[in-house]
Amino acid sequence: MSDHLFEYLCRMGDNTLVLGHRVSEWCGHAPVLEEDIALANTALDLIGQTTLWLDLAGEVEGAGRNADKLAFHRDVWDFRNLLLVEQPNGDFGQTMMRQFLFDAWHLGQLKALMDSSNAQVAAIAEKSSKEVTYHLERARDTVIGLGDGTEESHARMQAALNKLWPYVGEMFVSDDVDAALVAGGIAPDPASLRPAYDALVSDVFLAATLKKPQDDFAHKGGKSGKRHSEHLGHILTQMQWLQRAYPDATW
Amino acid sequence: MVVEKPSLDTVWAWLSAVPDPEIPVISLTDLGIIRDVQWHDDTLAVTVTPTYSGCPATTIINLDIETALRGHGIEKLTLKRQLSPAWTTDWLSDTGRAKLEAYGIAPPQPAGGPKQCPRCKSTEVEKISQFGSTPCKAQWRCTDCLEPFDYFKCI
Repeated sequence: MSDHLFEYLCRMGDNTLVLGHRVSEWCGHAPVLEEDIALANTALDLIGQTTLWLDLAGEVEGAGRNADKLAFHRDVWDFRNLLLVEQPNGDFGQTMMRQFLFDAWHLGQLKALMDSSNAQVAAIAEKSSKEVTYHLERARDTVIGLGDGTEESHARMQAALNKLWPYVGEMFVSDDVDAALVAGGIAPDPASLRPAYDALVSDVFLAATLKKPQDDFAHKGGKSGKRHSEHLGHILTQMQWLQRAYPDATW
Repeated sequence: MVVEKPSLDTVWAWLSAVPDPEIPVISLTDLGIIRDVQWHDDTLAVTVTPTYSGCPATTIINLDIETALRGHGIEKLTLKRQLSPAWTTDWLSDTGRAKLEAYGIAPPQPAGGPKQCPRCKSTEVEKISQFGSTPCKAQWRCTDCLEPFDYFKCI
């Protein structure tokens, strides 16, 4: 069980780590100051949550690794994040679409984890869910505002949705790790989160005058670690260079 | 060197004099993040809960607690992080709320937005952004006096 739990905690922590890093790339580049601050704050929450998940992963593993070691001393094939979160930022609309598709899943996932039989998992989920409620509210409002905005913003949001929808399916796929955690009462069955997710995103797309793609084809391989997209390696070169060049450097 | 252990009330009083590093007008006890103080034999155990999981002030807060208590002669000290129950703005003290407002930060309201402009007290206010200068704040604006102001988010 502890191997499976370690794997699961890495998935949670790697999602927030990689997305947090991606969102932080906007710092100083967002279209307006308020959005710049909002994106930086979102990234900060995600990195904070990463510390909680990956520190616990290190504790469960019992090999002396903490969040920093896991974040900065693993290579691409050891990462367990969803393919969605490593996708490039694109334009602001694409970034917010990615955020919305992730937040809608993330909040459902955290709410289910609040009932976890593992008290530490439940506590991190409880803490994170408050922050993610806020993220989802903002992402939803932005997707609606831009989708139901000008001709230009609408076209960009539809293009972003078409591009990112094939990365949604991976969030609801199960494997042996999920099965073991479901059996232990630690985590929900990923598929059980899908109906509420579909209902939420459909409502928002309706309000945003966006069309959900019909094809449910899903790219997979991120959360299992079998096949990441080429983008993750590029993220790691940025994120890890300091610890690679000066191992164990501290402030 | 402390010969006699100070009472827990005394320790709480010392902690109530430690300012929040980001919003120094309120103290750590006003903020409601000190959850427990206990003696375990001759070691003082202080339990602290973070406001936001990524808040950079968290490590400074721990350092400030340690510095303050060591300054009062406490030698054996442990700091424990507690995540659950998660911090809520309901734990902000009434004194803390009043100090925030006087400082120009609208205190959190269950309704989800500021009750009034902390400067001119007008209730004609609008949201600029859900996020502000620190994780715990949002940006609002008064449409009467036109001043932008921070609102302490309700979580």
